[in-house]
Amino acid sequence: MKSLAGFWRRSIQARVVTSTILLSAMVIALTGWALLQDVADGLADGRRQVAVAEARSGFELAQQQLDVAVESDVSAQSQALTEMIDTLTGSGGAFRSHQLVLEGPLVEGSTQIPVRSSAAIAPGSLPTSLSDKVTSQRGMYWSYSSLGLLSEQDRKSGIVVGSQLQVPSNGDTYALYYLFSMEDQQHTLDLVRNALALGGLAMVLMVGGVAWLVSRQVINPVRLARRIAERYAAGNLEQRMHVSGEDDIARLSTGFNQMAASMQRQIRRLENLSRLQQRFVSDVSHELRTPLTTVRMASEVLHANRAAFDPHTRRSAELLQAELDRFEELLSDLLEISKLDAGAVQLDLDTVDLVNVARRAITDPAVERSEAELVIVNRDGPAFVQADVRRIDRIVRNLVGNAIKYSGSKRIEVYVAHNSDCASLAVRDFGIGLGKDETSLVFNRFWRADPARAQGGTGLGLAIAREDAELHGGTLRAYAVKGEGTQFLLTLPLAPGDSVNRPAVMPGVEVTV
Amino acid sequence: MGYRRTKRDRVLVVDDDASLAEMLSIVLEAEGLTTKVCRAGDRVLGDFAEFKPDVVLLDLMLPGMDGMAVCRKIREKSAVPIIMLTAKSDTSDVVRGLEVGADDYITKPFKNQELVARVKARLRRTDQLAETLVFGDIVLDPVGHTVTRKGELLDLTPLEFDLLACLLGTPEQVFSRETLLRKVWGYHHPGDTKLVNVHMTRLRSKIEDDAENPEVIKTVRGVGYQAVTPE
Repeated sequence: MKSLAGFWRRSIQARVVTSTILLSAMVIALTGWALLQDVADGLADGRRQVAVAEARSGFELAQQQLDVAVESDVSAQSQALTEMIDTLTGSGGAFRSHQLVLEGPLVEGSTQIPVRSSAAIAPGSLPTSLSDKVTSQRGMYWSYSSLGLLSEQDRKSGIVVGSQLQVPSNGDTYALYYLFSMEDQQHTLDLVRNALALGGLAMVLMVGGVAWLVSRQVINPVRLARRIAERYAAGNLEQRMHVSGEDDIARLSTGFNQMAASMQRQIRRLENLSRLQQRFVSDVSHELRTPLTTVRMASEVLHANRAAFDPHTRRSAELLQAELDRFEELLSDLLEISKLDAGAVQLDLDTVDLVNVARRAITDPAVERSEAELVIVNRDGPAFVQADVRRIDRIVRNLVGNAIKYSGSKRIEVYVAHNSDCASLAVRDFGIGLGKDETSLVFNRFWRADPARAQGGTGLGLAIAREDAELHGGTLRAYAVKGEGTQFLLTLPLAPGDSVNRPAVMPGVEVTV
Repeated sequence: MGYRRTKRDRVLVVDDDASLAEMLSIVLEAEGLTTKVCRAGDRVLGDFAEFKPDVVLLDLMLPGMDGMAVCRKIREKSAVPIIMLTAKSDTSDVVRGLEVGADDYITKPFKNQELVARVKARLRRTDQLAETLVFGDIVLDPVGHTVTRKGELLDLTPLEFDLLACLLGTPEQVFSRETLLRKVWGYHHPGDTKLVNVHMTRLRSKIEDDAENPEVIKTVRGVGYQAVTPE
């Protein structure tokens, strides 16, 4: 049942065929019904005209007989009337297509009126509306009715024609009714109806088949286009659709092919741009680094011998050295950012234990020179991820370095934990913290919490760190409370591209593992 | 660990940048080394044969012949330690350089101290081994700097010898890549662990029966390497 519903949802063809069948069935049923109605009306009309004509001549004959036979004796009169009915019935033809009923003599207000008939007519065969008219007025009236004989169960449709007869001798009034059966017409009608129903059904089936064929003709290219579009989406832009003819399908194919070609062109252009940028970065890197190396080496020689210089030269040598460090850092950060922007970075994956990463970060000589107390909080042992160890080291060194440099905290805690789909590392300080809107700014390039930039640094470290984390399919987030401290939370999937449901360390500044 | 020197160690500096080459000479000579500068790739082999250096400092980007080709040519003739100078730290160039036989690389710009440490690490011969070390079917001779396996002499570079000696010197101890970088390569700062991986692969291809399933030096996942005492 479920698969059927799924098929219904997925298959345009099934829906097209089904709705075509339903709609055409409705249309055919409607026309069939109208047609049948028309035929029935026509048949009934024809029968009525014949019946009325036959009845009229019958009435005239009967009146003539009554005019001639003037009997005063009641029993003789009754005898004559019965004979008249027999005669009239006999003159109806060999087929006895009609029956006769004679009521009367009619007495005003009487309920017991004698009835004579050519056969045992079932009660209700004479419509009361007709007999009311016939008994009250002169003239000939007719009505459709359902006729029945007492000997037969079912009733048949028919026409009743009635008229008053006058007996001139004693002024008695009789009502004579002709009951015509419409059995033949009904039979014809049934035949027509059956033919219509069968024909309609066949037509609906054929229309369904046609819809299936036609929709297949349209759907097949659409399915082909879908498959090719899926391949395009998967990055395989080499596929082309076969184009034949000049119809909409051919134009769809042409459009598809053009789209693929233009996408390929665009991608190639971007690849070229990226390659150019990479090339430029690499050239700048080489061209700048060689003289910088010479300057740096010379500066170090001067710096190493500064004790022999006069105070001004000595200070100059110190400044030269210090600023060279910054210059170098800035250069390498800029090159890194530019490489990340160009998408020219490839991860060099290895099994990395985040606990080791944390340990390396806090035993870095520059970190060990600081006064802050650094603690690793790790309850559940090694936290292995597939990652580029150089980048992960750089992220964590950067976070720890920032905490030491900017937070003013005396204690810095590094949390490492893992769960079934990720490993997390959090660097938590208890320093000045950040304002609410500042946590979203810290990752911006060249953003600094301290506008005076008294602490140095390039302002690119966190931007690079976040890019590095995202390269691994991970996240780097900042949580802070002004005056209470900051937590930077790095979460990495077990392998790049794996999904992460929740970090292994609690986000937010209130961290307790 | 002392230096056993009968003469001043010689460093061949191969760099096309005149200022940098001169600066390198100044810094190295201040450390008591003898240097010679070669500024074109196609002259390196001639200078090499004539100068007989103990260490080669080689810039990867050279006019004439590129650094990779030079490195390969030198390696064909000699096991002399080669340190590459490169402006690129994380590209495939480094790996390619290491694969064609360089022992180590320094990324520009570097600190003098770092340069000197690396050069000296390559000059220093491992002599913490006082006597011949026998480890299964592998025999290390610290005096002749030779290694034999099942009686066959193995063709190890000095760096590979040092790496092997370091690991076999204290069997069962797990050395992290960082420790090896410090002990064997003379790194003062955390360096590129790829360096260790590349050389470990090459060393294994020489000493193991099946380098894919090493039995002498095992990898300890996420930590480093360990020499396993043979049964």
